[in-house]
Amino acid sequence: MLELYGTELPSRLLLGTAQYPSPAILAEAVKASGTSVVTVSLRREMAGGRAGEKFWSLIRSLGVRILPNTAGCHSVKEAVTTAKMAREVFGTSWIKLEVIGNHDTLQPDVFGLVKAARILCEDGFDVFPYTTDDLVVAERLLEAGCKVLMPWCAPIGSALGPVNITALRSMRGHFPGVLLIVDAGLGRPSHAATVMELGFDAVLLNTAVARAADPVGMARAFGKAVDAGREAFSSGMLEPRDVAVPSTPTIGRAVFS
Amino acid sequence: MKLMVNGEAHEVAAATLAELLAALDYEGDWLATAVNSDLVHKAKRAEFQLSDGDRIEILSPMQGG
Repeated sequence: MLELYGTELPSRLLLGTAQYPSPAILAEAVKASGTSVVTVSLRREMAGGRAGEKFWSLIRSLGVRILPNTAGCHSVKEAVTTAKMAREVFGTSWIKLEVIGNHDTLQPDVFGLVKAARILCEDGFDVFPYTTDDLVVAERLLEAGCKVLMPWCAPIGSALGPVNITALRSMRGHFPGVLLIVDAGLGRPSHAATVMELGFDAVLLNTAVARAADPVGMARAFGKAVDAGREAFSSGMLEPRDVAVPSTPTIGRAVFS
Repeated sequence: MKLMVNGEAHEVAAATLAELLAALDYEGDWLATAVNSDLVHKAKRAEFQLSDGDRIEILSPMQGG
């Protein structure tokens, strides 16, 4: 079973809550996916507004764990303050740490990320850093106190899937004992199955489900793909071969000439 | 006193953060507040004195990925 910062979770799929056609479809998709963790955010509330209350009430009714994010933060200070505000509102020390460095690619600012991770880990947070597949950055994040790393496999919302399998494989091989969650860039269930087959511990996705024609069906499909990929990894897959190997036994074959 | 609240200019008489929230009709335990980029805990709002030009952020739970 997946264990994140001391919490055991039955599902290896973490699901975002943004961009769904309606709150009802979001709730159905969460249930269909089988996820144990959903990501949430903090945004400005209007005077007299109760949008936040309605959303928070819906999320609490789903019975899943909350992983607040610092999405949209472009500086260490913004990310740290947002994390502290999230801890107060959501009542959890878990934080998906995002420090964005580029507007077009939403690539993480890995320098700011490491700095913010160190500050938050020292302050008692359980940090889930959204990072790249860079091994040196990963080392720095672990040194900062992170127990989980969340490398992208493609830009957020791009649906490209794993664009650098070699780098992901290298990361998995380099950190055999570290919890690795692929976050961002997944577009199809087969993408999720692929990274799970590589041995990643979980995936986090949002847009691929929320913007599908049928988010509930797609949530269910991703849930199955994640389970299938994990079971395949655990079951020991064959390595590809360059020559054909008959699957039907050749011994006892009839001879007609 | 002139304050910036969620990016908008406000002229209010509130002396503390708690008074500001009440004056602008913000209520609820799902809100988080920051003044000049630093968190102000819920329990500290009543005693937190505001100053002219302060920048206040009032946030609440929202969908996120």
